[in-house]
Amino acid sequence: MRSIISVLLENESGALARVVGLFAQRAYNIESLTVSPTNDLTLSRMTITTEVDCRATLEQMMKQLHKLVDVLRVSELTEGSHVERELMLVKIRTPNAELRQEVKRTADIYRGQIVDITPNLYTIQLTGACSKLDAFLATIEDTSEIVEVVRSGVCGIARGEKALRS
Amino acid sequence: MEMLSGAEMVVRSLQDEGIEHIFGYPGGSVLDIYDAIFQSDKIEHYLVRHEQAAVHMADAYSRATGKVGTVLVTAGPGATNCITGIATAYMDSIPLVVLSGQVPTNWIGDDAFQETDMIGVSRPVVKHSFSCRTAEEIPIAIKKAFYIASTGRPGPVVIDLPKDVQSPLNKFPYEYPESVSLRSYHPTLSGHKGQIKRAVAALLSAKKPVLYVGGGSIIANASKQVLALAEKLNLPVTNTLMGLGAFPGQHKQFIGMLGMHGTYEANLSMHNADLIFSAGARFDDRVTNNVDKFCPNAKIMQIDIDPTSISKNIHADLPIVGSIEVVLQQMLDLLEETQATNDSESINAWWDQINEWRAKDCLAYQTSETHIKPQQVIQALYKVTKGDAIVTSDVGQHQMVAAQYYPFKEPRQWINSGGAGTMGFGLPAAMGCKIAFPDRPVVCVTGDGSIQMNIQELSTCMQYNIPVVILLLNNRSLGMVKQWQKMFYGGRQSHSYMDSVPDFVKLSEAYNHIGIKVDKIEELEPALERAFELKDRVVFIDVAIDPEEHVYPMQVKFGSMEDMYLSKTERTDA
Ligand SMILES: Cc1ncc(C[n+]2csc(CCOP(=O)(O)OP(=O)(O)O)c2C)c(N)n1
Ligand SMILES: [Mg+2]
Repeated sequence: MRSIISVLLENESGALARVVGLFAQRAYNIESLTVSPTNDLTLSRMTITTEVDCRATLEQMMKQLHKLVDVLRVSELTEGSHVERELMLVKIRTPNAELRQEVKRTADIYRGQIVDITPNLYTIQLTGACSKLDAFLATIEDTSEIVEVVRSGVCGIARGEKALRS
Repeated sequence: MEMLSGAEMVVRSLQDEGIEHIFGYPGGSVLDIYDAIFQSDKIEHYLVRHEQAAVHMADAYSRATGKVGTVLVTAGPGATNCITGIATAYMDSIPLVVLSGQVPTNWIGDDAFQETDMIGVSRPVVKHSFSCRTAEEIPIAIKKAFYIASTGRPGPVVIDLPKDVQSPLNKFPYEYPESVSLRSYHPTLSGHKGQIKRAVAALLSAKKPVLYVGGGSIIANASKQVLALAEKLNLPVTNTLMGLGAFPGQHKQFIGMLGMHGTYEANLSMHNADLIFSAGARFDDRVTNNVDKFCPNAKIMQIDIDPTSISKNIHADLPIVGSIEVVLQQMLDLLEETQATNDSESINAWWDQINEWRAKDCLAYQTSETHIKPQQVIQALYKVTKGDAIVTSDVGQHQMVAAQYYPFKEPRQWINSGGAGTMGFGLPAAMGCKIAFPDRPVVCVTGDGSIQMNIQELSTCMQYNIPVVILLLNNRSLGMVKQWQKMFYGGRQSHSYMDSVPDFVKLSEAYNHIGIKVDKIEELEPALERAFELKDRVVFIDVAIDPEEHVYPMQVKFGSMEDMYLSKTERTDA
């Protein structure tokens, strides 16, 4: 079961290490983790995507996160309606005109943007849910060579009034 | 405002926090703090012989008094020597503040002499940690550390203090904060009203209830409430290894310790219960045995101040987050208000059943003409101390026998490393208790393996005259390991035999203590009497016990709670 957890925590040295340490120590899986200060610079907001075998494990994981002294709020995004986005940059080899056409067309379909060009390469920026980014890579791979991929990990927020605030 | 250096701030903050005793060991990175201690007349410092022992002393001091234990050590090896002690306290939720030196801030990350990332190394075994990068941060960090260590589910807190931050050359305005609040940390104390109502209702309608009391009840000082509730509803009570003393061991409603070496009646009562009411216990694997076979007909009700302890190993049908003391009082108040009570007929029938199990007398044992049995030693200790001693223990068979055969009257009377099972805990623990209570008899029940893990502390005892009694159940082996090898490894005693135990009498004498060797049962009580009469001397009693004795009952691996070996020849399910 894939779950996305949002964490609001003190923006202090050591706080990130405690979260990551907790996952390692208790053998929890992290698929992605993003963290950055919020509009309030004393706070950081983290989005963790994880794969758990059952609801009880997820609940224990959330309780363990909340137990960390630096952590103010923990909530599960996948429980309700939410928006999730990931940013991806992909460098693709485009040695001939035909391939450049093809890659450009695919990028357009996925609403990707070309952010860098060399005679042999396109670098494409794409945002969306993980599944969309996965699908884009699968499509590209059929025709072209992917040189490198960098993904930001999921960033998520609940829809509507629900908010994670101090 | 008063101007102080960082080092002076450390000592003054501890003083203003009300700290009277501190355990530690000096070194380069904390010399400024040691200099400030030298000039303080309010803080008594105990110099140990190994930092691990300082942490165990502070830990046991805390277990015995309920106060926070305080430790001061130097960077690098001084700090890492504390890790076993910190882990021991962490596993048993004991509040400690460990101050450790660090290399100067501008050297951090350069692999400087004695640099260890103590924050990183200790991270998995602390409740929280602080690193002070300026002297001004020291008072608030210390205030927060004591607050975090002692509230909610208590635990150890580490404060890393780089050398330059302590410098006597720079003085800063000092003020110790009166209180502290953290926006990210608010332990829940009182229980949810609806849950309290449901809990009382469940308790009143239960026909086969068991009150399962853990160390959390001792930490929360909830013994009075545990006793009141148990007596009001005539509930059978079992204590975990960590909970011993939370409910009086001689009380007629006490059915003994439960779990791996629990009594027949406690484990059978659990297995057959229709309601298990856990107060500050955490369904540890040493209690539950195979979780899939755990108490098949029981509804589980669990109070704990730490939400992660609830439903971690066993799903709680009725969870209550809060302090055991407060929640039980809420339940008692509700019972008082409604004047409701349970059905005495079904409770009496339950007691009839329990008494049948009790009649099995699972702690009975065979005495021998040739050997002293470990059980006899603990029973003699109980008799001579009239059940009033503070008993600390190490880890192994002797620990289990002490837990089984010394019915503790009060909380904070039984001091042992339950969660971590740290050999070497017993002697420094006894010293910490004796420092807290100089007028009470304090005895360390130990094994020939365990005592040698912190034996150097006999020297600390000599320096400060800390007159504890050491009662060694000497079976010339790592008895608990040997028992497992005999039972599950075809009797192959791989490295569980102590080929050369020292002459403990001579060793004690070398430290100017009194050593007594006991080989015959007739010598046992007189030796104990003499030891407790000699109030100002450390007495080390080395008792030669039967090396072949096993600890029973013992749960059968992968079985349910009721599957037990009762002796070398008898098994419940066979
Ligand atoms: C530091 C540490 N190392 C190893 C163990 C594993 N262990 C548990 S009991 C035991 C034997 C203890 O021997 P002794 O102190 O003589 O006690 P006995 O069982 O003989 O009473 C060992 C090695 C432990 N608990 N702690
Ligand atoms: Mg032994």
